[in-house]
Amino acid sequence: MNFSFVAEAYAETAQTVATTAPKMDPLHHFQVINYLKITPFGFDMSISNSVLWMWIVVGVVYGLFRLAMRNPTLVPGRLQSVAEAGYLFVQGMIHDIIGPSGKKFFPAIFTLFFFVLFSNWTGLIPGSFTVTSQLIVTGTLALIIFALSIVLGAYHHGWKFLGFFVPHGLPPALLPLMVPIEIISFLARPVSLSVRLFANMTAGHTVLGVLFFFTATLTWAVAWLPFGFTVVFTAMEIFIGFIQAYIFTILTCVYINDSIHMH
Amino acid sequence: MESLPASFIGMGLAATGLGGAGIGLGYMFGKAIEAFARQPSAEGQLSKYVWIGAAFVEAIALYGLVLAFIIMGKG
Repeated sequence: MNFSFVAEAYAETAQTVATTAPKMDPLHHFQVINYLKITPFGFDMSISNSVLWMWIVVGVVYGLFRLAMRNPTLVPGRLQSVAEAGYLFVQGMIHDIIGPSGKKFFPAIFTLFFFVLFSNWTGLIPGSFTVTSQLIVTGTLALIIFALSIVLGAYHHGWKFLGFFVPHGLPPALLPLMVPIEIISFLARPVSLSVRLFANMTAGHTVLGVLFFFTATLTWAVAWLPFGFTVVFTAMEIFIGFIQAYIFTILTCVYINDSIHMH
Repeated sequence: MESLPASFIGMGLAATGLGGAGIGLGYMFGKAIEAFARQPSAEGQLSKYVWIGAAFVEAIALYGLVLAFIIMGKG
């Protein structure tokens, strides 16, 4: 008997499986898609999903605080307690690090903290876009903070701000070695600040993407395992989103404090 | 060497940075638990710094991931 038709059918099945099987693409949800192309004078100001979700984040934060403080009472209700806890949290952070002179930076740091926090958290909604998973967004925020710290240092200390690069109590023989190290570590600040946030968000969402891919494509007999991990990892991501927003803000406070009070 | 296999090897090498972050996390949490065991009343104050430190150490491992992405884009 001729069994070649079995081999043929087998080969055909293998080919269909190879071409139709779902392909793992965990970086797909970081893609920036332009909804509306706007390029005046060569500048790309298109409305992309990144821009859209940034607006949503700003809207959510604004709406939350507007709703919480709609008719404030002396004994706060549930939502008002949330808003007041956020206010006291940021205020305590600024007071601990910068001290009383940090009071005038409160609005900026408060806005920064809640923008980063809600960008991290809205990115966890399936189908949404994580604004902070784009290096350009975190890089812009970090460069603004970096520029602010330089301007503040120049404003408060003038040319003496260059003394920032000379550590106290150092033997003069070590100066040619230490000053370049201090300058490099100062210049590395915006890089580490932006890459930390961007890499944390990207890595967490990539892991979630891989786990969801396994959950969706494996048979039910094994799919419960990655599915359970997605639950654990989503909780972990909520925690990491908060911790990263906290660190981003606390480092902003440290940089501003360095510029105001030097060493 | 071909550029695609070389980029895969590079991405794998970038992942070895995880080892350092693992050592750091283990050392830090071990020391933290030691500290809590010695002085249980200080746990509330110290755990704040432990979590901040954990986020810093994790970020170091994630720089390796960024490197892997850069290599993947070039490969």
